[in-house]
Amino acid sequence: MTKQRKAAALISGGLDSLLAARVMQEQGIHVEGINFYTGFCVEGHTHAIRKKDRQKEKRNNALWVAEQLGIKLHIVDIVEDYKQVVLNPKHGYGANLNPCLDCKIFMVSKALEWIKARDFDFIITGEVIGQRPMSQRKETMPVVADESGAEDLLLRPLCARNLPETLPEREGWVDRQQLHDFSGRSRKPQMALAAKFGFEDYAQPAGGCCFLTDAQYSVKLADLWRARGDKQYEMDDIMLLKVGRHLRPAPHFKLIISREEGEGNFLRGYRHQYPHLTTVSHPGPLALIDGDVSAADIELAARLVARYSQGRSEEEVVLAFTNIEGHQKELKVRPLQPHEIPREWVI
Amino acid sequence: MKRKIIDCRRLLCPMPVIRVQTAVESLPDGAQIEAICTDPGVLTDIPAWSRINGHKLIEAREEDGEYIVVVEVDHGMQ
Repeated sequence: MTKQRKAAALISGGLDSLLAARVMQEQGIHVEGINFYTGFCVEGHTHAIRKKDRQKEKRNNALWVAEQLGIKLHIVDIVEDYKQVVLNPKHGYGANLNPCLDCKIFMVSKALEWIKARDFDFIITGEVIGQRPMSQRKETMPVVADESGAEDLLLRPLCARNLPETLPEREGWVDRQQLHDFSGRSRKPQMALAAKFGFEDYAQPAGGCCFLTDAQYSVKLADLWRARGDKQYEMDDIMLLKVGRHLRPAPHFKLIISREEGEGNFLRGYRHQYPHLTTVSHPGPLALIDGDVSAADIELAARLVARYSQGRSEEEVVLAFTNIEGHQKELKVRPLQPHEIPREWVI
Repeated sequence: MKRKIIDCRRLLCPMPVIRVQTAVESLPDGAQIEAICTDPGVLTDIPAWSRINGHKLIEAREEDGEYIVVVEVDHGMQ
């Protein structure tokens, strides 16, 4: 009796990894999915925070993909280990702070550890040559295989016929002729294969599934590193970069101002970690202050927050400033006018 | 019936799912996990994770602005 071969599929929740896993299932391979959580995953977060986004139907695409395939999905928290990838990417960043090639190498290396610990035979990904400008090029495909340590245990079912044979092909665990030769940025071959398998309603995230590919997010992260004089981050930092309006009136402090009720509720959860401002006389946002602030800084911050309250046109708005010990004091300020807010304050 | 309560307040998906997944690994069949969460996404994500991995969803409800999901462990699929 031949041994049942087992593959771990990197499941992002997009179409390519869905198809790659299904191609393997068609060849009788037992597939289980791994989904890595880096902290920068777009999946779910803004939906959970912003009230208006809650009206949209919510689903975790990686879980959805696993359910479509009928496979188990292991969600792996790599937040801590992933910092080295974001902070010091050997192959550099893409258009923004996205270290896509290092990220792929890191994830495949983690998948290699995972399969070794569970007696799986090989790894599959949904990579397609030429699909992405940084990490999915003809030249980078062997780099991922080599630097991750996976080497010929890494099989890309959607473009395998454009690449050298891997161990699963040489050993006859999978039939190379039934693998694909997709290349380039066109999505048509994937869409045709999806139709053949009967998949509809799959996710097609425009900018990938990572906040680091987002220009605005990357600017905020770079600002955080510059302000602290240190390229580090904690989970709370990267969560807060996804929320609110960020303004830096001076190098030593910035404000995170909620834009709607859901964000206000979310930021309220941080009120014991950050000094904060709330409006008293008029409905308005909640604002966290990140940095060491003087009395003059607090006054300026209050005027800025008042600008985003419903009292923006009034002569005076009353706010409450609360420090991290919970001590509160009231401030009466004149809201800043738009021309008093330099463009460079907005991060 | 053994029931383990895990506090997932302030965690955003998929972290509550990961916490449930980790708790399941060390519990025997029939044990229950009650996740107390503040991200409404858990009402779909934890049930989906349970279905995929063969565990039994006992309940998923909102209570006083929090979201409670109870899962019964079943390692039978593994």
